[in-house]
Amino acid sequence: MSETKPPLDPNLKALESEAIHIFREVAAEFERPVMLYSVGKDSSVLLHLARKAFYPGKIPFPLVHVDTGWKFAEMIAFRDRMVAEFDLDLIAHTNPRGKLENVSPFSHGSSVYTNIMKTEALRQALDAGQYDAAFGGARRDEEASRAKERIYSFRTPDHRWDPRNQRPELWSVYNGMIRKGESVRAFPLSNWTEVDIWRYIQAENIPIVPLYLAAERPVVERDGMLILAEDKRLELLPGEVKRDETIRFRTLGCFPLTGAIRSNATTLDDIINELETATVSERQGRAIDRDEAGSMEKKKREGYF
Amino acid sequence: MTANAEIAVEAGAGIAPVSRNARPLRLITCGSVDDGKSTLIGRLLWDTKAVKEDQADALERDNRNNQNELGLPDFALLLDGLQAEREQGITIDVAYRYFSTDRRSFIVADTPGHEQYTRNMATGASTADLAVLLVDARAGILEQTRRHATIATLMGIRQFVLAVNKIDLIDYDEATFDHITAEFRQFALSLGVTDVTAIPMSALLGENVVHPETSSMPWYSGPALIEVLELATQRTAQTVGFRFPVQRVSRPNESFRGYQGTVAGGSVKPGDSVVILPAGTVANVKQIVTFDLVRNAAVAGDAITLVLDRHVDVARGDMIASIDAAPAVGRAFEAKLVALSAEGITAGKRYWLKSSSRRQRVRVQPKTKLDLTTGQWEGSENLPLNAIGTVHLDFDEAAMFDPYETNRNTGAFILIDPDTNNTVAGGMTVARTTSIDGIDGGAERNHVLLSLPEDLADRLMASEAYASLRDHIEIRRTSGAQAAAILHELEGD
Ligand SMILES: Nc1nc2c(ncn2[C@@H]2O[C@H](COP(=O)(O)OP(=O)(O)O)[C@@H](O)[C@H]2O)c(=O)[nH]1
Repeated sequence: MSETKPPLDPNLKALESEAIHIFREVAAEFERPVMLYSVGKDSSVLLHLARKAFYPGKIPFPLVHVDTGWKFAEMIAFRDRMVAEFDLDLIAHTNPRGKLENVSPFSHGSSVYTNIMKTEALRQALDAGQYDAAFGGARRDEEASRAKERIYSFRTPDHRWDPRNQRPELWSVYNGMIRKGESVRAFPLSNWTEVDIWRYIQAENIPIVPLYLAAERPVVERDGMLILAEDKRLELLPGEVKRDETIRFRTLGCFPLTGAIRSNATTLDDIINELETATVSERQGRAIDRDEAGSMEKKKREGYF
Repeated sequence: MTANAEIAVEAGAGIAPVSRNARPLRLITCGSVDDGKSTLIGRLLWDTKAVKEDQADALERDNRNNQNELGLPDFALLLDGLQAEREQGITIDVAYRYFSTDRRSFIVADTPGHEQYTRNMATGASTADLAVLLVDARAGILEQTRRHATIATLMGIRQFVLAVNKIDLIDYDEATFDHITAEFRQFALSLGVTDVTAIPMSALLGENVVHPETSSMPWYSGPALIEVLELATQRTAQTVGFRFPVQRVSRPNESFRGYQGTVAGGSVKPGDSVVILPAGTVANVKQIVTFDLVRNAAVAGDAITLVLDRHVDVARGDMIASIDAAPAVGRAFEAKLVALSAEGITAGKRYWLKSSSRRQRVRVQPKTKLDLTTGQWEGSENLPLNAIGTVHLDFDEAAMFDPYETNRNTGAFILIDPDTNNTVAGGMTVARTTSIDGIDGGAERNHVLLSLPEDLADRLMASEAYASLRDHIEIRRTSGAQAAAILHELEGD
C-alpha cells in the first residue's frame, strides 16, 4: 500500500486483473465459495489477490486448509500468523479416520497416504461446508494434465473430474451453472508461470514461508531426495546420516514427500535468477508425481486438487 | 517521491528479460493429423529451452523406443497430457503451453487436427492473437487448412503464419513452396485476411522454427517462425468506447458503494459521464478505487471498483458505458455461432446466454450454416455439432452488445443449455436487429427488406432511428392493401 511502490509491469498487471476478475465472478455466481489454502507460494499469491479483489470489503468466503499432520512446522506457524494478521476465516481440517489409524507416509506409502490424508480429507472438508465453488492455486504450466484444466473446472457430486468431458471455455466468459451437489473448482492462477509467481511476490511484497529461501538446514538423503530432518517423527534408516546443507524448497507439501534443492538463493532476486536458468521443472521434488506417468491425472480424477 | 518511483521502475525493467514484462502473445496452431503439429510445438518448446531435464527424463522413462531419428524424445508424448490421449495417440482437447525467448513470452493453444474437434479449435482461437496454420509440403493446401483458416478468421484472428512443413521431404523445392503460398494467399484474401507470412519449414529438423536455415534453402530470405511471433501485434480493446460490465456491487459499510468489474473497452477517469445499461440512467464517475491506491484513470483490462457520484440502481449484469458511445441495446440481435455440443442448436429452443457478467434467457433461431468446403452460407434451420452459422437472438429482456468485430469482450457470448447446464455454443454478435426483421430473410446479406405503405415508409425514412439502420434496412413502398396482403400471408405460416 506504500505510495512509492512502482506500478506492475504489463504482464503481471494483466495476470493480476484476470485473477481478480475470476475471483469476483465466482463470488458473485456461487452461493458457497471457499478458498483452498495450502500455505505455499501459490496460495500466498492467491490470498493476496483475493484481498485485492474484494477491497475495500473483506474476503467474502472462508479458507480451508487440508492439514495432513505432516506439513513442515514452519508452514503451520506461517499459516497461523497470516490468519491473525489478515483476520481470515480459516478452517483447518485433518481426516479423522487417518488420524485414528495413524496413517503416515512412512507406514502407508506415499500413494495410500496421499489418497487418505489429502484427497479424502479435501472431500470431507468440502462436503462439510457444502461448498459449491472452491478456489485453488493450480497453474497450467505445472504439469501436463494441468495444461488442459479449465479456469472453471466442473466436478461431479463425488468431486470427480472427467477430463474427457470438460465444458468448452471461450474468451473469458465462464459457465457457472451447476446442479445441486455439483461443484466447480476455480483456478485464478491458470495462466501464471512459476516465474510470474515469484516476480509478483517480489513486486507486491507478499509474505511467504521462509523455507522457500536458502539457508543451512539439517537434511537426509532418501530415494534421491533431500528430506528436511527437523521433525522428530522422521526416523533415520540404517546408513542414513543427518547433515547440514544450504538448501531451499521450490514447492512445499508434506515434509517426508517434498525434496529440497541445493541452492544459495537467499533472496527473491536470487530465486528468480535461479529459475530463469533452471534446467529441471518445479514438480521434480514431488514424490507423488513420480509413481508413474499420468499419476497426477489419476489423482485429480479422484478429487485431488 | 514520484521521481524515485519512476527511476525504480526503469532500473527494475533493466534487470529482467524483456519477455517477462510484456503480456505474452497468444497463438494457436492448426493443422491436419500428421502435418507435424506436435513436432512443431515440441520443437518450439525444445529450442527455446522450455523443456526441463526431468520432463525429458520422464519422456524417456515412458517410452524408450519412441525417440525420433535425431535421438530427440517423441515430442507428442511431452504434449499429450491426458492418459486417454496417450492411449489413443490423438490430442482430444485444448492444452496451453508456455515458452519464451529473451524478447517475448508465448502461450500456445494446442488444439487437435481432427475435423470433429472444430469446437476445440474455436475455443483456442477465441483468445488467440495469431494463428499458425501447418501444411504438409507434400500435400499442399487441404480442405482442413481452409476450414481452420475460416474458423480462426471468424473468431477474430487477423494474423496468420502459413508453416509449409516437411520441406525437407520435397528437397527444399522453391517452386512447390511458392505454389502453396500463392494458393493460400488467394484463399486468405477471400476471408479478408492480408497479413500472411509463409515460411518453408522442417519442424523435425528444426529449420526455420527457432533457428533460421539458409544452407538448405538459399532461396528463402524471410524470417524464422519465432521472429514472426516476436514481432506480431496483440489485440487490445483500448481504442473503443468505455465499457464496464458490473460483476458485483461492493457495500462493505453504509458509506461505501462501489461497482466491481473489469474494464472491457476504452478508458475511464473521474468526472466522466456514463450511462447505466439497460436502464439508461445517467451518472458521473466519482472515484476509481483499487487496493493499491485511488487511481486517476483505468483502461481496458483493468480490474477496478467504480464509485459513481449519485445513488442509482446498478446490479450485477448491468453495463456502465460512455454516454456518447454506448453499445447497442435491444431485444433482437444477429450473431454468428459455433455449435459446441453433440445435440447441436435447435430452432426456437430457449437457452441461457452469458456475455460478460450478464446472463439472460434467449430464443435462438438459426438462419444459415457455413459450408466450410465452399465457403458459402446456406439456409439452415438447425446447427449440428461443430457447425458455424448465423442466428437470430430474441431476448425476453433488453440485451447489450457491441459487434464482435469492434470489441471481442462485449461482442462475445456463450449459450448454456438449461437442461444440461452445458456450454453448447460460442457466439459473436454481428448487429442489433429490429423485431420486425423476421418479415424478410436476406440474412446472408445482413439486410432487411420492409414492405410498407407509402406514408409510413416516408415517416420511417425521416426518423432518427432509421438513420442508424440505413445500412441494414431496405424499404419498399407499397399501397396499404398490398402491405395488408403481405402481412396476411406471413401470419398464415
Ligand atoms: N521429414 C519430416 N518429418 C516430419 C516433420 N515434421 C513432422 N514430421 C513427422 O511427421 C509425423 C507426424 O508428426 P506429428 O508431429 O506427430 O503430427 P501431428 O499429428 O500434426 O501432431 C511424425 O512421424 C514426425 O516425425 C518435418 O518437418 N520433416
